[in-house]
Amino acid sequence: MKTSFKIALISMAGVASMSYVNLAGAQEITGAGATFPAPLYAKWAADYNKATGVKINYQSVGSGAGIKQIDSKTVDFGASDMPQTDEVLAKKGQMQFPTAIGGVVPVINIKGINPGQLKLNGQVLGDIYLGKITKWNDPVLKALNPSLALPDAAIAQVRRADGSGTTFIFTNYLSKVNPEWKTKVGEGTAVNWPAGAGGKGNEGVAAFVGRLPNSIGYVEYSYVKQNKMNYALMQNSGGNFVHPDEAAFKAAAAGADWNKSFYQILTNQPGKDAWPISGATFILMHKLQDKPANATETLKFFAWAYKNGDKVANSLDYVPMPKSVVGSIEKAWGEIKDTTGKPVAFK
Amino acid sequence: MMTREILLQSDALEQSRQARYAQRKFVNRIALTLSLMAMAFGLFWLFWILFETIRLGVDGLTLDTLTQMTPPPNDAGGLANAIYGSFLMVLLATFVGTPIGVMAGIYLAEFDTKGWLAQVTRFVNDILLSAPSIVIGLFVYAVIVTRFKSFSGYAGVMALALIVIPVVIRTTENMLQLVPPGLREAAYALGAPKWKVILSITLRAARSGVVTGVLLAVARIAGETAPLLFTALSNQFWTSSLSEPMASLPVTIFKFAMSPYENWQKLAWAGVFIITIAVLGLNILARVLTRSRS
Amino acid sequence: MSSTLPASEMSFNQLARSSGRVMTNPPPIKVARSGPMADRIFGWLAKGAALFTLGMLVAILASLTISAWPAISKYGFGFLTSTTWDPVREEFGGLVMIYGTLMTSVIALLIAVPVSFGIALFLTELSPAWLKRPLGTAIELLAAIPSIVYGMWGLLVFGPLLATYVQQPLQALFAGVPYLGALFSGPPVGIGILSAGIILAIMIIPFISAVMRDVFEVTPTLLKESAYGLGATTWEVVSKVVLPYTKAGVIGGIMLGLGRAIGETMAVTFVIGNLNQLDSLSLFQAANSITSALANEFAEAGEGLHQASLMYLGLVLFFITFVVLTLSKILLSQLKKNEGSKT
Repeated sequence: MKTSFKIALISMAGVASMSYVNLAGAQEITGAGATFPAPLYAKWAADYNKATGVKINYQSVGSGAGIKQIDSKTVDFGASDMPQTDEVLAKKGQMQFPTAIGGVVPVINIKGINPGQLKLNGQVLGDIYLGKITKWNDPVLKALNPSLALPDAAIAQVRRADGSGTTFIFTNYLSKVNPEWKTKVGEGTAVNWPAGAGGKGNEGVAAFVGRLPNSIGYVEYSYVKQNKMNYALMQNSGGNFVHPDEAAFKAAAAGADWNKSFYQILTNQPGKDAWPISGATFILMHKLQDKPANATETLKFFAWAYKNGDKVANSLDYVPMPKSVVGSIEKAWGEIKDTTGKPVAFK
Repeated sequence: MMTREILLQSDALEQSRQARYAQRKFVNRIALTLSLMAMAFGLFWLFWILFETIRLGVDGLTLDTLTQMTPPPNDAGGLANAIYGSFLMVLLATFVGTPIGVMAGIYLAEFDTKGWLAQVTRFVNDILLSAPSIVIGLFVYAVIVTRFKSFSGYAGVMALALIVIPVVIRTTENMLQLVPPGLREAAYALGAPKWKVILSITLRAARSGVVTGVLLAVARIAGETAPLLFTALSNQFWTSSLSEPMASLPVTIFKFAMSPYENWQKLAWAGVFIITIAVLGLNILARVLTRSRS
Repeated sequence: MSSTLPASEMSFNQLARSSGRVMTNPPPIKVARSGPMADRIFGWLAKGAALFTLGMLVAILASLTISAWPAISKYGFGFLTSTTWDPVREEFGGLVMIYGTLMTSVIALLIAVPVSFGIALFLTELSPAWLKRPLGTAIELLAAIPSIVYGMWGLLVFGPLLATYVQQPLQALFAGVPYLGALFSGPPVGIGILSAGIILAIMIIPFISAVMRDVFEVTPTLLKESAYGLGATTWEVVSKVVLPYTKAGVIGGIMLGLGRAIGETMAVTFVIGNLNQLDSLSLFQAANSITSALANEFAEAGEGLHQASLMYLGLVLFFITFVVLTLSKILLSQLKKNEGSKT
């Protein structure tokens, strides 16, 4: 017992001393927030680390958590799929800027119906989630899909159990196009769902939809593409039924006036090719920096990403920001200053 | 006359005794069969879950998994930083939590067992045992992370230690209480001071049970995700400094398993496999060490 | 001894030497190396550890209460009976989660306690010696599996099988029966209170059975052998001798398991369905539990009423634990009172 105790003590001391050594001494930046862009930021950070040695550690804890963390300054930057209004940001002393665009896609599991066959629109989608349309062969659905053999079965709705920016984009869209949804439920990262089972994360929703016959759910587009899920077409504000893909998201983003404000919500955008349930994802930073060196490193990273990260974004099924917008974003970085009033941005 | 009655009575008595014995034997056999079935029931779940874990995890377990960092989606990589982070935080949490837990268990079993402090502590400890790990994580977040304005491995260690302590207290106290008083009294009679009696005699006699308790605690924290989410956060890169966010296997598994990327999912199951094997190895090792000494 | 020896003109040494045997000098009397100070310090350390545990709970409760204050002051006890949970409208009530936590834990205990007892019985009385350690380690391995694996396995593997082989037949069997039918209504899709309860049961079996087995093993052999000597069967020895001797440890083990079940987050949140409604009492219906709600919603919850309500739920969880534990203490003291009386 005595010798093994000594061995334990020595090994513990060894481990404890190891924990003080910080290998490479490279600077580390911490960011936290939305799950939607997490794979994208992870890849950008890995490539950036290879190029410069700087570690950008981004963790996807959820949009709301990201906002909370940047508010309490426990991270260097926050990330959120839900943009905050300029007034709110001004009160908090923060600024936001978009980094990428994506879409939320309804997915279904109906025997005999293939991906891209089922047609839906906002009113119908809202009514399904309100529990007003209860069967797949409801006349309203039949009218939208005259050529499809819709079964006489109850619709099993699936939605997110955890709060998420995906839910915000989805419910924001439903609030815009379905007035009853707006009054009964509203929008947010977490809402009081009238019906449906809650899955944890995109994986949970996809697992439910995959296993529940006659179910419907909503997931981020990258998930649909990676897992080849059975998606539905949506009717946009122009009246067309569109497939969800990068072109459709780009079309949705085209209508936004980024120069006016970065507070843009891309749901139900005008444009004949626009995907109606699109959204951008945002980065949040304080305007007055206590750690100016960290802020500079953060901005350097995003500048690098805007310049070199487009290919990566496309490969992961995100839509990078158009170059014109990048210009205004980088100009807006001039607002981020350190305590002496000097802008931290390097240009 | 009387002998015949006595003989008849004793015959009837013998029969009823036989009948009762047969019934008791029957009850016994049922109970033992049920116990065998319970064992089989437990083993059935174990083998099924393990089978799934191995089936899904073995694929992803290559040398790379143990030596490379966590990758971005669709890239090759491994779990090295997560493994190291978990190992470090679990080890330190056990070293921090076990002495406190054992000492408190000793207090409850050896000092003033019926006193008010002991009774209240016992009760409080039982409440803490049921504390959801996520609440502990949030508590450490409020106290350490917001105070120091940074996620860190230290906060993760604190959260895990706070989970270890109640488990160790309960099992230590239970085990110490079961040590026959004769052992203690013999030691006292030989003139040993109280602390020596406790450490060298009572604790040693209860050692295998106490080790079980520590192992149960380690098994629990090795797989805990929720308390680390808000304390150590996680880290895409390697860090050996506890004052930075630190990757850990459970959080990494959680992140990767919920993603749509196949390389991440494979790594997640490989991580599950690693944790399971590690805790199993710990179990076996501890049993071997304690049994061989007695 | 001194009275039998002759008056000591001779010292012990001289006596020894005079008897002709070669003897070494007895060792000099040692000065006690550790005096009362060491004992006192040890006692303080032990007491300090106990006080630390108390302090922990107080600190956690204080932290929870402070964060939950907005919700407490707004809702009071009405929070416990309301089933609304609307983050958009900022209306919260915790009944759904409380019900979910209680039901899943009850189901878990109903399954786990008999099974753990059977396992402990098997390991201590029935199994051949060479099989004891591997089987014991095998059961403990269930505890080694991370809770997130239970969640994922439950959702992806167990749930569908439960739906096809257990839930659908049960629903067909009890359709139309007044009370039991309601218990088994709802979508038989493998998620819900029943699934969460079963998975929790599997998770807590190793904890309860490990403690039970350890306390069974430490029962003095003399006690058991004297019972066997009187002609008792194995079952009678266990139920009438071992169990009463170890009942404190057994109840302790059950408490450990219950604590694990009430506080389990990850496994439950995958399979419970996360539906904040309590329209039906069916076991098959999706529901929510306190820990699952905390895990899902805390990260996103805004600073105001939503977060405070979640913290309030955390406080309620501690209170539930408090009530359960008090009941068990009362049970234990009743059992102790009946000790020695005629059974």
